[in-house]
Amino acid sequence: MKWAEEIPREEWVRIDQVIHKYRERHGSLIPVLKEVQDICGYLPKKVQHRIAQGLHLPSSQVYGVVSFYTFFTTTPRGKYIIRVCLGTACYVKGSKQILDNLQRELKVGVGGITSDRKFSLEGVRCLGACGLAPVLVIGQETYGMVTPGKAIEIVRSYP
Amino acid sequence: MKTYRTHLMVCAGTGCVSCGSLNLKDHLESELKNRGLSDEVKVVITGCNGFCAEGPIMVVYPEGIFYKKLTPEDVPFLVEEHFLKGRPVEKFLYTGPAVKEKVPLLKDIPFFQHQVLRALRNRGLIDAENIDEYIARDGYAALSKVLSSMTPEEVIHEVKISGLRGRGGAGFPTGLKWEEGRRYDAFPKYIICNGDEGDPGAFMDRSVLEADPHSVLEGMTIGGYALDAHQGHIYVRAEYPLAIHRLNIAIEQAKNYGLLGKDIFGSGFDFDISIYPGAGAFVCGESTALMYSLEGKRGMPRIKPPRSTEAGLWGQPTVLNNVETFANVPAILLNGGEWFASLGTGGSKGTKVFALTGTVSNVGLIEVPMGTTLRTIVYDIGGGIPEKREFKAVQIGGPSGACLPTSLLDIEVDFDSLDEAGAMMGSGGLVVMNDSTCMVDTARFFTDFSVDESCGKCVPCRVGMKVMLNILNRIVEGKGEMEDIERLKRLGQHIKETSHCGLGKTAPNPVLSTIRYFRNEYEAHIQDKQCPALVCVDLIQFRVNPEKCKMCGLCKKACPMEAITWEKKTPADINIEKCIRCRSCIQACKFGAIE
Amino acid sequence: MAKLTIEDLKRIKEEVRSTTVLREGGFRAKINIHMGTCGIAAGARKLMSVVLKEIEEKKINDVMVTTSGCAGLCSREPMATVEILGNPPVKYCDLNEERMKEIFAQHVLKGEIVEAYALARGSETTY
Repeated sequence: MKWAEEIPREEWVRIDQVIHKYRERHGSLIPVLKEVQDICGYLPKKVQHRIAQGLHLPSSQVYGVVSFYTFFTTTPRGKYIIRVCLGTACYVKGSKQILDNLQRELKVGVGGITSDRKFSLEGVRCLGACGLAPVLVIGQETYGMVTPGKAIEIVRSYP
Repeated sequence: MKTYRTHLMVCAGTGCVSCGSLNLKDHLESELKNRGLSDEVKVVITGCNGFCAEGPIMVVYPEGIFYKKLTPEDVPFLVEEHFLKGRPVEKFLYTGPAVKEKVPLLKDIPFFQHQVLRALRNRGLIDAENIDEYIARDGYAALSKVLSSMTPEEVIHEVKISGLRGRGGAGFPTGLKWEEGRRYDAFPKYIICNGDEGDPGAFMDRSVLEADPHSVLEGMTIGGYALDAHQGHIYVRAEYPLAIHRLNIAIEQAKNYGLLGKDIFGSGFDFDISIYPGAGAFVCGESTALMYSLEGKRGMPRIKPPRSTEAGLWGQPTVLNNVETFANVPAILLNGGEWFASLGTGGSKGTKVFALTGTVSNVGLIEVPMGTTLRTIVYDIGGGIPEKREFKAVQIGGPSGACLPTSLLDIEVDFDSLDEAGAMMGSGGLVVMNDSTCMVDTARFFTDFSVDESCGKCVPCRVGMKVMLNILNRIVEGKGEMEDIERLKRLGQHIKETSHCGLGKTAPNPVLSTIRYFRNEYEAHIQDKQCPALVCVDLIQFRVNPEKCKMCGLCKKACPMEAITWEKKTPADINIEKCIRCRSCIQACKFGAIE
Repeated sequence: MAKLTIEDLKRIKEEVRSTTVLREGGFRAKINIHMGTCGIAAGARKLMSVVLKEIEEKKINDVMVTTSGCAGLCSREPMATVEILGNPPVKYCDLNEERMKEIFAQHVLKGEIVEAYALARGSETTY
């Protein structure tokens, strides 16, 4: 996947600005990674190296942190990120079936991205909206009390 | 200060916001303006009200009328009827699950009646983004009392008298921890608020931070004074953007008032707080792991001793408490430790906030005295199990906790009694499960979670939990052996004894407790190759019971795979080949005809 | 903003509390202004303004102000009902701003019924 590693020039500039901002601060790796991921959408190896150099850390430590926390991703994401809550309350109310159905519908695995790069499918641990269980989040939109059938309708309604 | 005759408290907790409460607020304000009522009726945005199941929620004061599930379309009618003509609108009032009568007043709703609000004392009563409203409810009064008239030792003494125990799960006495932290003479010292609420099904800390951020700031500042620490950190889950937003506002306002910063109240005491959003790792709820994460490293627990109170963040003495613990502190200092200890049981004082979720009528956030029975929580506050299903278990304490069966419904919930039952307070998630929940599958779910979130440092947790998961997977696929039950028990016991941190030590609890209380379900899966709750897909096939089928066709409509054939006046039929066992039809069928 | 002293804190508390106390219940008196179409046409809105202004100026925090619909006696509007808790409510009719002020001072604050404008004792109850 060649496009996975290509970062446009202006993004590099912004990445360097973030590194510069935090350079003097003790223990700032995680905030840097967060801001950079906001810029690029993900954290490919090239970018991790750049951060390691900038903060004078071993690349292994940067990669170690990136791979440790679920917030960080090393693969690009789709236009819409579908997040199915797999917290206990949602699970008890059948969110696993929702996730299964969506995997079948979109033909991607959990953590995958559709071939047209439109959707990423993720399972998340509790969004804290347990009152609305089961919960499905697409982009910024939260859908509560979703059924497996309704989930597919919702996803199909995205242009 | 302007006086309004009526205050409309619109809930803007995460639950209600996702139901559209902010949009509702805009509509209310513009409608009130159109009617010329803007000077008489004020709309206030509050934190989580707690009754999330009925969102978006609005409470009207001074009457205390509780409106539920309001939509923007309802607003014009509501404003005209209630705020102009003074007639509460019946159709938006709460109706109990059992009695079909309308309950207009918040205080009469059973969900609220059994609760005692201490940590949540300001919920739904103040605008979380307005420090003045917090001050009006005795906010920062405890801090001013502490700084002007108490020594740090007296503060710690008062907290010890209160009997407050850590609300993050393990229940370590807060006063003792503070005393420890005070003993080490070092500079700098740190105080950390743990808001990395990772338990699935728990959202207490989020609600406290959203509804009453200043109570946490005040509690931390008091802690700082007691310990001689001058810097506080709040570690919040990145999944809680609203909580982070409100905390930022609160810190900004407190700084403007000089309630954070240099020389607070002219006492010479300096204290500052910064926020640190987490990056998504369950294990960071463990205190030493959280501190590593704050330092920008992988969050992996380390061997204790030394305890964090001796060498924590950056190797300095550090005291870490949970959000709810800090929220309790100002009230304790203001009203005295005795007051706090007047509620609760022998070993557990005060109240506890629980997130009540799952298959229970009234989902939401509750606060009850320690020692309240599970039955009261599930039936009186929770309103029982909806849709005529049977109560089966309540899961308490998240992935470190246990599933407690009907026979333990009368257990008085406190730290010690839960421990005895093989469960754990955890941070306070209470997930109610009905008879359509499979206990083996639930155990598998939590084990899967623990495997996923294990930091990988020590072998028992990293490998042991994986082996337990493999065995459980085998069982739910119908390939289990009877020896598997003993294997799980033995392995679980080993993991409990040999794991490195609290997460590993408690990770087998869901499996061990379900074996202890629901062994028959394991046996059914293994011996009869059946899943009694019809959950485990490899062990079930759906079919329509023609005697119960009323030929309505709802199941056909619900099926996403077109696996159901149905025509008018004939019972439906399921094509097993096409069926993906998604249960849509079971949910759709009103007659229980699908088996 | 300058640093807060403990006195400042108390002042803010008192000030804001007087406006938020109505969320906590515990009222001594209740004023109900009748806001049916007839009432509003006859000037009930002005009565409301007067009452709110009095409460604000005199820093009163134990009086609850509500509205209700038409009381069925449209010819005698604008009307208001004053209830001191524990006593039967009193209905006043043919009010204007001056009379309302008088009622506020006499009845609401001192508990003395202003017989001159009173119509009757007893009222429909609201929540």
